[in-house]
Amino acid sequence: MLVDAGVEDEEKCLAEGIAGLQQNAFYMHRALDSNNLRDALKFSAQMLSELRTSRLSPHKYYELYMRAFDELRKLEMFFREETKSRCSVIDLYELVQHAGNILPRLYLLCTVGSVYIRSKEAPAKDVLKDLVEMCRGIQHPVRGLFLRSYLSQVSRDKLPDIGSEYEGDADTVIDAVEFVLQNFIEMNKLWVRMQHQGPAREKEKREKERNELRDLVGKNLHVLSQIEGVDLDMYKETVLPRVLEQVVNCKDELAQYYLMDCIIQVFPDEYHLQTLETLLGACPQLQPTVDIKTVLSQLMDRLSNYAASSAEVLPEFLQVEAFAKLSNAIGKVIEAQVDMPVVGVITLYVSLLTFTLRVHPDRLDYVDQILGACVKKLSGKGKLEDSRATKQIVALLSAPLEKYNDIVTSLNLSNYPKVMDHLDTATNKVMAVVIIQSIMKNNTCISTADKVEALFELMKGLIKDIDGTLDDELDEEDFKEEQNSVARLIHMLYNDDPEEMLKIICTVRKHILLGGPKRLAFTVPPLVFSALKLVRRLQSQDGDVAGEEVPATPKKIFQILHQTIEALSSVPSPELSLRLYLQCAEAANDCDLEPVAYEFFTQAFILYEEEVADSKAQVTAIHLIIGTLQRMQVFGVENRDTLTHKATGYSAKLLKKPDQCRAVYACSHLFWVDDQDGIKDGERVLLCLKRALRIANAAQQMASATRGGSGPVSLFVEILNKYLYFFEKGNPQITSSVIQGLIELITTEMQNDNSPSDPSADAFFASTLRYIHFQKQKGGAMGEKYEPIKV
Amino acid sequence: MVLVLALGDLHIPHRAADLPAKFKSMLVPGKIQHIICTGNLCIKEIHDYLKGLCPDLHITRGEYDEDVRYPETKTLSIGQFKLGLCHGHQVVPWGDLDSLAMLQRQLDVDILVTGHSHQFKAYKHEGGVVINPGSATGAYSSITYDVNPSFVLMDIDALRVVVYVYELIDGEVKVDKIDFKKTATAQSAH
Repeated sequence: MLVDAGVEDEEKCLAEGIAGLQQNAFYMHRALDSNNLRDALKFSAQMLSELRTSRLSPHKYYELYMRAFDELRKLEMFFREETKSRCSVIDLYELVQHAGNILPRLYLLCTVGSVYIRSKEAPAKDVLKDLVEMCRGIQHPVRGLFLRSYLSQVSRDKLPDIGSEYEGDADTVIDAVEFVLQNFIEMNKLWVRMQHQGPAREKEKREKERNELRDLVGKNLHVLSQIEGVDLDMYKETVLPRVLEQVVNCKDELAQYYLMDCIIQVFPDEYHLQTLETLLGACPQLQPTVDIKTVLSQLMDRLSNYAASSAEVLPEFLQVEAFAKLSNAIGKVIEAQVDMPVVGVITLYVSLLTFTLRVHPDRLDYVDQILGACVKKLSGKGKLEDSRATKQIVALLSAPLEKYNDIVTSLNLSNYPKVMDHLDTATNKVMAVVIIQSIMKNNTCISTADKVEALFELMKGLIKDIDGTLDDELDEEDFKEEQNSVARLIHMLYNDDPEEMLKIICTVRKHILLGGPKRLAFTVPPLVFSALKLVRRLQSQDGDVAGEEVPATPKKIFQILHQTIEALSSVPSPELSLRLYLQCAEAANDCDLEPVAYEFFTQAFILYEEEVADSKAQVTAIHLIIGTLQRMQVFGVENRDTLTHKATGYSAKLLKKPDQCRAVYACSHLFWVDDQDGIKDGERVLLCLKRALRIANAAQQMASATRGGSGPVSLFVEILNKYLYFFEKGNPQITSSVIQGLIELITTEMQNDNSPSDPSADAFFASTLRYIHFQKQKGGAMGEKYEPIKV
Repeated sequence: MVLVLALGDLHIPHRAADLPAKFKSMLVPGKIQHIICTGNLCIKEIHDYLKGLCPDLHITRGEYDEDVRYPETKTLSIGQFKLGLCHGHQVVPWGDLDSLAMLQRQLDVDILVTGHSHQFKAYKHEGGVVINPGSATGAYSSITYDVNPSFVLMDIDALRVVVYVYELIDGEVKVDKIDFKKTATAQSAH
């Protein structure tokens, strides 16, 4: 209620003020129209008396002031006409001083003063000096500020600036600058003093009102920046020192923050660059509560943009040692403002880093220095909990990545991982993922073991459980995604030189083995394939072996692979480990290392026997075993026999008959290999196929009661196709009569009313017969071979 | 005219970091009507990526696929053609054409698409076609040395299929075109 009443009261006050102003303006107009100078002065003074009120807030006072301002423009026009004909401007200047009250008198004096300067009957500097001195008469902050603002407004276009018509022998730009500076200083004093007017309990409201008036003060700085004659020298020697002196001396938080910001915004970038020392020197002298980090950030942002604007300005930055000065100033400010929160400190360093990356992209030492300063500030603080500070750290760490598009550069920054250590576990992981993404996006190859080491240090949040984090909190999907990105990354760690590549592999291995059972299934396979690629490279460049001393040999790599897969298999992860063992076996085969290949097979078999329990997984595993074994050429008769014997044995022991049957007929290929003359054992091929037939028969008997899917008839057709395969390959054991018998068996089987129809088996059989037909018609040796078979 | 993308054996992340950028920029959503993938993607992210290219996605299971629900074989009809899909590790000897032909007869398809060997191949065989799109990432293979990344685009139109092979050789995409016509009688021989 009280507040409402106050507002209402103020509204009323303003309305009264406006009414009084308008009424007097009306009479003033009438006097102007009738060229009655005396009445014009009288009513204008009365009109201006309305501005003497103390009951309006600055906001409302401004409204009233603007109305008076408009009227004063008309009065000024009148004065200008008047001085041309009847009254000299000097007389008029005297005349207006008869006004009874000081405030109307000074407004009128400023108005005539404007005309006086324009008339050039006296040097501009004298009139300006007189006016700016006289205005001291008003010490009430709000009234004084508006009066001086009026003075500033009417004099703006009449300053004796270089090239201005008011410049003369006696009038120089120095006078213009002096005038504006003095008005600025006085206005700032009034503005600062405003906070002490009125009861202490309304301080907050007053500060808000005061803030609304700030642009009246700042306007002076704007005027200064517009003066042509203020060149770098004058700015450096006069303007900046005087302005800063006032800023520092006023000891007011609001004014200091605003004016520092204002200086940075209104004056040109190159001036700032050339006066960095002075400008920065003022910073530690400001009140401790001033938000200096924002000011400095603004300054650095401006300078960064300036640097980015043109390559030509960069030498200037080097010449004035901008980095050293900024870095030094930031250090001093942080030292002086002990209570500055961490987020503030980091924000400052982010700005400095942005500046450095723009201005000195080649100076990695600067970047590291900034990170080092952060580390120093953060030391002993552990993990940051403030989310805003965390965000700034992420910005700090991301900036070099974005700038260089190359993680390798960032890996040279010794302080980088130390800063990262201060991130909480979750953010640390996010940052690690950002690093990986940067590598992927830019297709960066990390090519030395040292760099890989540094990279894993950065990513340790992803690589292992840090300080025993609770696994339950992890989202399964997130975890998978993270680990898959690590897996992808491993392919980016590469060097053409085998020695270095082996070092890289060992480094990766060392780190991923610390990852614990949950991670190995993700990280071991890419490492294994990375190593197998190296093996293949060594294998192709084999030629003359340079002696036993060479560290990077296939044999040595296979040893590492063996141990690595063993670690994975103990997770346990038998199916994946089995596949990897088989891949290694094949690679060892290609390197002609029989014992190594045999060992890998043995390991795969142990896993098959002891760990692969699921029947479906067994089927896939057995096909991979047969498929791999079929391709092995390195084995001598004895080893080969042992392995094929086992594989056939496993095949016959699969859970389901159809799976048994298919695995057993696949085993026939272990005894007949096209491009290996030694392996053409027609007898054993036939044994396999006969065994498959027996299983198919057994399956059929079992299925006579229950059946579904592609049933046993299909198995017979599949076996028939295998017969045809070996028949064509010239296996002497597979004769046309055996095939003929099988065809008849299937035909009978299909016509058997007891067995339900199986369209897919029918189609399969039909297309097989079509194939036989096709081969018969082919002519030549093949046609002849097929000739006896009747379909 | 129907465009069918056939690819497989990406082996991400086991053997490759990602698809080649050049392929990625060529494969954009909205152009392809069907994707057939022989398997070994190996992870969900790649499944989702393919699904994003074209929702009509057919996948069979490779031995490294994390998703165990993919079937071992799959058949589908596109236009006049019957297509069969299988990864191929089940067919011993691996990559052997005569053995694949048996699978083709078993599935009773005009076009059989298989993978596993990481080597692009397209054969005309008994009136049908056997295609291996190779490895889309050029992944390491124990069977094939020096694998180039490759995939296949099939343009199926009535009784004709044009097979485009895209292969990345030394950073450049090379395209090859193979034409197949289906004889109307081939299917109804019985």
